[in-house]
Amino acid sequence: MIRFLLKGLLRDRSRSSFPVLIVSAGVMLTVFLHAWLNGTILNVTQSTAQFKTGYVNVMTKAYAARADQIPNDLALLGVDTLLASLKQQFPDLLWAPRIMFGGLLDIPDEKGETKEQTPVSGLGVDLFSPNSPEWTILNIRSALVRGHLPEKQGELLIADELAQRLNIQPGQKATLISSTMYGSMALENFTIAGMLRFGVGPMDRSAVIADLSDIRQALDMQNGAGEILGFFRDNLYHEERANAITAEFNAEYPSNDPENGAGKFSPIMETLRTQSGLSEVLDIMAVYMRIIIGVFVFAMSVVLWNAGLTGSLRRYGEFGLRLAVGENKGHVYRSLIVESLAVGVAGSCIGTAIGLAFSYYLQVHGIDISGAMPKENAMMIPDVVRAQIEPATFVIGFLPGILATFFGSAIAGIGMYKRQTAQLFKELET
Amino acid sequence: MQNSAIIKTENLSKTYPLGLTALKALDTVNLSVATGEFLGFIGPSGSGKTTLLNIIGCLDAPTSGSAKVLGQPVESLSHKEAARLRMNRIGFIFQTFNLLPVYTVFENVEFPLLLLGMDAERRRGHVMDALQWVGLADRADSKPAQLSGGECQRVAIARAIVKKPELVLADEPTANLDAKNSHHIMQTMVQLNKELKTTFVFATHDEKVMAYLNRKIVLADGRIVKDEAGGQKSNVRDQKP
Ligand SMILES: Nc1ncnc2c1ncn2[C@@H]1O[C@H](COP(=O)(O)OP(=O)(O)OP(=O)(O)O)[C@@H](O)[C@H]1O
Ligand SMILES: [Mg+2]
Repeated sequence: MIRFLLKGLLRDRSRSSFPVLIVSAGVMLTVFLHAWLNGTILNVTQSTAQFKTGYVNVMTKAYAARADQIPNDLALLGVDTLLASLKQQFPDLLWAPRIMFGGLLDIPDEKGETKEQTPVSGLGVDLFSPNSPEWTILNIRSALVRGHLPEKQGELLIADELAQRLNIQPGQKATLISSTMYGSMALENFTIAGMLRFGVGPMDRSAVIADLSDIRQALDMQNGAGEILGFFRDNLYHEERANAITAEFNAEYPSNDPENGAGKFSPIMETLRTQSGLSEVLDIMAVYMRIIIGVFVFAMSVVLWNAGLTGSLRRYGEFGLRLAVGENKGHVYRSLIVESLAVGVAGSCIGTAIGLAFSYYLQVHGIDISGAMPKENAMMIPDVVRAQIEPATFVIGFLPGILATFFGSAIAGIGMYKRQTAQLFKELET
Repeated sequence: MQNSAIIKTENLSKTYPLGLTALKALDTVNLSVATGEFLGFIGPSGSGKTTLLNIIGCLDAPTSGSAKVLGQPVESLSHKEAARLRMNRIGFIFQTFNLLPVYTVFENVEFPLLLLGMDAERRRGHVMDALQWVGLADRADSKPAQLSGGECQRVAIARAIVKKPELVLADEPTANLDAKNSHHIMQTMVQLNKELKTTFVFATHDEKVMAYLNRKIVLADGRIVKDEAGGQKSNVRDQKP
């Protein structure tokens, strides 16, 4: 019987091809959007972690309270001990102490006079200690576009975009002007080792990277660090684990009243999500995703409902006949639903396949969105955003695909179901 | 056991609400039909023929009175019971043939047997037998669109009789056919009536059909106004030569 019905469905193009086409299109868009938003979230999360906050990070309570101002006067001290205990307590994460700082980079001419001066945002990271995780975390090797990697103290890496604007060549001297931890003027001479391109707007516009010990010396921060960042080894944000680690760590440093000075400099750990406004962005994206899928389900349902209605109107003759031959109403209605589910499954499969193909292409190639980003944007959004296929991408499309066909035909079928048998039967006569 | 009445109605009435008043489509119809009869309801348009046929076919319920069809009280059957009765024991033929266009002739005739859950081999035998009766065995794989109107109606007859029902209800089966085809299908049905003892009930105002009936029940305004026996044309013809 089911075979008989499916045979009819396949032969009747207006009942099979058209709805399958609509479902495929909707499912394809859903799958693609899912992979795309997913990829965007992943890319933004990873860049933010990479260059800004880590997946978790440790600061002093006072620093954390004003973290957006990078208050190095409130930085952590005695970092070696803290770092060692973090490594021991949470060995599943990579731990990296960093100093972020603002300053001016002064480029002298041959006579030593200032030729160019430009504001930079600096990053002091551990480059020289053995097994430093920063090489992997920052991916410095593949970001290098000119010059060479730092080999000794006193060497500086600079964003290529910035270097080109200032016409700086590798090997040239530069002076960093900033302020020490205690508020006095800091001057430090560097040699430009190489130029970097990270493909992340704020970094490429103004970043300079130097070894942590050089920056400690320049800013008078012996054994200090603004933050110690923690990274999951698979470079994915595991929210539950991050929360667990944070809770465990913070329990060891009960909160004193920072206003009274007590405990002001004791460390506190925060997660990626609680900082940098990223949590709102992630939440909004998740909401967008649900809205978009909801809209798809709704729009497709309406279209399919209409197709189902015209289809069933055309088929009242068939229904009347089937009732006359002795099929009961419930059975006819159920067969309508089965047909629609067949259409839904077929459309979902096709749509998912095409959607995945598109997504895969964009996972490999990505789209350059840097042109669409505001220039002064400070969020760590990569220039090239890639789609990201995950297990959910394979199934997400079936949700709108099957729901829409189901609702579409269920609503259309009710019209048929509500009619009196004799009425349907009469329509045979017209 | 019941007597041989296959249809028996008592004071059967059907009214349709019509604005503030009501329209009496059937008015105290008392009727008894014996197994093996070949009879027809005749009368002007709107006289209630289709309404009566639908009630006998358990597609509609009476407003008052009772109708026993194949031993079952129509007025108290549930949807499911009515469907089962139709599925097992009643065949329908319509004015518009109502073949399903996407299926072949064979599949159209096969459909009632699928509902009965018959296995494929027996289905095949029954369908080919039925097509043989109506003279269309060689068109089994055609689609309805490839057949003439007369051929379509013969397929519809094959579909109605393929499960060998005890009762066949035919509403204006010749209305869309020319004289030659009308005679052809009527002769087919007369033959089936004789060979299988199938009871046929027609609703018609076609003179050609009336000529074949051995009982004519004339309706007017929902009432039986005449109930007369008549010789079957084929019988008459049989005797003449
Ligand atoms: N669903 C309905 N609602 C209201 N009135 C109806 C309905 N069905 C039938 N009628 C009325 O009942 C009366 C009998 O209708 P019926 O279809 O039985 O006539 P008929 O004898 O078959 O006519 P015809 O020869 O034109 O087919 C008609 O007046 C018709 O308008
Ligand atoms: Mg009628």
